[in-house]
Amino acid sequence: MSRTWAYLSNYLVYSSMAVYTLSFIAHAIETAWAVRVTTEDSKKNLDYKRTEKVARVATAMMILGFILLCAGVVARGVSASRVPWGNMYEFSITGAMAFSGAYLAALRKYDLRWLGLLVSIAVLLTLGTAVAVLYRPSAPLVPALKSTWLVIHVSAAIISGGVFLLANAIAAAYLYLDAMESRGERTAWAKRLPSLEDLDQLSYRLVAFVFPLWTFAVIAGAIWAESAWGRYWGWDPKETWAFITWVAYAAYLHARVTVGWRGRKAAWLCLFAGSTFLFNYVYVNIWGTGKHTYSGL
Amino acid sequence: MSQEIEVPELGSVGLLRYGWRQLTSMRTALILLLLLGIAAIPGSLVPQRTQNPIKVGEYFKNSPELSQWMDRFSLFDVYGSPWFSAIYILLFISLIGCVLPRTIEHFHAARALPPATPKNLDRMEHHTSWSAKGDELDKARAWFKSKRFRVLEKDGSISAEKGFMRESGNLFFHLALILVLLGISFSSLFGMRGMAIVNVGERFVNTTTSYDSLNYGKLFSEMNLSDFALTVDKFTAKYNVVTSAPEDYTLDVSFAKGDLTKAEKRTIKVNSPLKLGNTSIYLQANGYSPVVTVRDSKGNVALQGPVPFLPQDANLRSTGAIKVPDADPQIGFVGSFVPTYARSGADGAVSVFPEALDPRLLLSAWVGDLGLDSGVPQSVYRIDTSKMNQVGLKSLKPGQTFTYPQGSITFEGYLQWVNLEIVNDPGKNFALLGAIVAILGLLASLFTRRRRIWIRVGNSVEVAGLAKNAAPGLDVEIAEFVAILRGEK
Repeated sequence: MSRTWAYLSNYLVYSSMAVYTLSFIAHAIETAWAVRVTTEDSKKNLDYKRTEKVARVATAMMILGFILLCAGVVARGVSASRVPWGNMYEFSITGAMAFSGAYLAALRKYDLRWLGLLVSIAVLLTLGTAVAVLYRPSAPLVPALKSTWLVIHVSAAIISGGVFLLANAIAAAYLYLDAMESRGERTAWAKRLPSLEDLDQLSYRLVAFVFPLWTFAVIAGAIWAESAWGRYWGWDPKETWAFITWVAYAAYLHARVTVGWRGRKAAWLCLFAGSTFLFNYVYVNIWGTGKHTYSGL
Repeated sequence: MSQEIEVPELGSVGLLRYGWRQLTSMRTALILLLLLGIAAIPGSLVPQRTQNPIKVGEYFKNSPELSQWMDRFSLFDVYGSPWFSAIYILLFISLIGCVLPRTIEHFHAARALPPATPKNLDRMEHHTSWSAKGDELDKARAWFKSKRFRVLEKDGSISAEKGFMRESGNLFFHLALILVLLGISFSSLFGMRGMAIVNVGERFVNTTTSYDSLNYGKLFSEMNLSDFALTVDKFTAKYNVVTSAPEDYTLDVSFAKGDLTKAEKRTIKVNSPLKLGNTSIYLQANGYSPVVTVRDSKGNVALQGPVPFLPQDANLRSTGAIKVPDADPQIGFVGSFVPTYARSGADGAVSVFPEALDPRLLLSAWVGDLGLDSGVPQSVYRIDTSKMNQVGLKSLKPGQTFTYPQGSITFEGYLQWVNLEIVNDPGKNFALLGAIVAILGLLASLFTRRRRIWIRVGNSVEVAGLAKNAAPGLDVEIAEFVAILRGEK
């Protein structure tokens, strides 16, 4: 029975990859066609309609891929009768789900479709790595992971991670466009992207929104560590990097709210903070020592 | 032509005041915050004594010169090092210096009335005006009251303000961080942490001598050790038959507190320690103790009982030492215990499963001087064989005996042992309280919008507003307000 669910999960993850690929292609076409839609006048012409249509297809594919991936993650959990966060393969498929989920959620409020190409590439790369390199058969949890805090701590960490990375992508777009504008005008394809000011605000809002959740993830981890390992804080590499990420984002928020950093400086700080999160996920999970060695590699 | 520039003298008080102002400036706080993050990095890349003393030892062995230099900069004890402490202490002083004056200021501001309505409302944001009907002020008063604005009414105008939770939350967040730090320091001064290996069937009494290792804070006194004893009744480990990965550990104990004669049955698991006030008892590790009987050549028993061995891999192949100092000459056994025996070409005897399905005890017997009388402390799990001679090598099944010229050893069976960690952490509840307040404060400060709304009623009605920190959403709020005033809602 559990085996059937594990197979089902694999098929769902593969299918979601196929659908994300379609979304990626549609986004690529959209980006290519959007180059020609530069002025308000041309919004009325055929190019605009075509672009809009393919953009809708791209988003629809993204939603479908997201639903399939959600189902894949859930099936993986059912196959082992637990939450699917026991090793790095499972973290990665859930992380990809959280990232595209964060994008789709933000899409409800802001027109971020210009970012869709990047999001679909990132999701595909993550899923590809997960399937090809990180895959491990579905297995029960080791005793230290058998706790309600697994659900609370890991879900908070994964959601925070998804939103941090989205904010990072936007900060990177800011820096790229900023460099482009300082050389002159934006090139044709970049004209439809939001103004620098909007990008700046958006990445800030995402961070401000998710920073309390990250704080909560760290504290929930500490409470869990107290009952599983006998201490709530022990400077384990994972804990240390979670702390560094927290400090970096705290500095980012202070720099913006109190010191008044905007634009380029703030974007660099945002990128730095986000890279500490990525480092923690990739380096500490795979090569690090310490108690958070659940990658299964 | 040279002219001396007159520098006003600061004096020592002035210098102190200057220094204090620099330290408590936001800029300094920000630099210290970033420094704290960067300073934490080396501790995650270089092994730390508190977590991995063995790896630190390897460092010293492989590159002694470099390690010594690294040690001088406390790179093996980053989080207890003077420079790391200096950063966070300065940061917290800076934080206190910043937060306390703001708290006082906020306390006064929160009790003051909002400032009077500005004269020229048309210069403010979101300004709208229309001709008055007459009931606007009453409606406005009611609306402000229902939305819990603080209001100042004067000369046909109302000035209303809301969103003090932003600053309150901000201050609570920072004050709570101080509470977290106090909780941590309190624990490190008054707390204790100890480890003890206990065989199944044995009894552990909580006194300093029962511990294999014990660390306590500067102000912890032995009198504070909580009064309890426990007997390890049963230890059950379940493993995955395919991967050998552990699935469950359960430890059943008879626990007695205060009156040590009255014991009650309790269960300890990995995620649920046994708690007694501020003291918690954790199940941290487990392994096997082979039970042996060593006899001399005349058949007299020289040593009998379980000897804990240390696990070396996931299948609990364990190594250890059996020392018989009372025999003449002294005898020692370097041993290896495999719970489920298999032969592998390269490694010899290996264990293929962590449960004791087919246990073996592999011994090499040594005769000579164990070196126990030299006064140099040595590990109970290792034997210094430099002054000894090997007299035999044998693999035993339970019940079998190995006889050598100086006597014999019988492998009677095995017991499981558990490693208990006993922690007294009196400050952790303060730290937890601080963490909870910090999150609530953070939420309040990030999601509260501070704003003012004004209304003046003369021949025409004028409404305007001002959002601090350019917070979004005021336009929507004012639109709703205007709709109500005009009777459209």
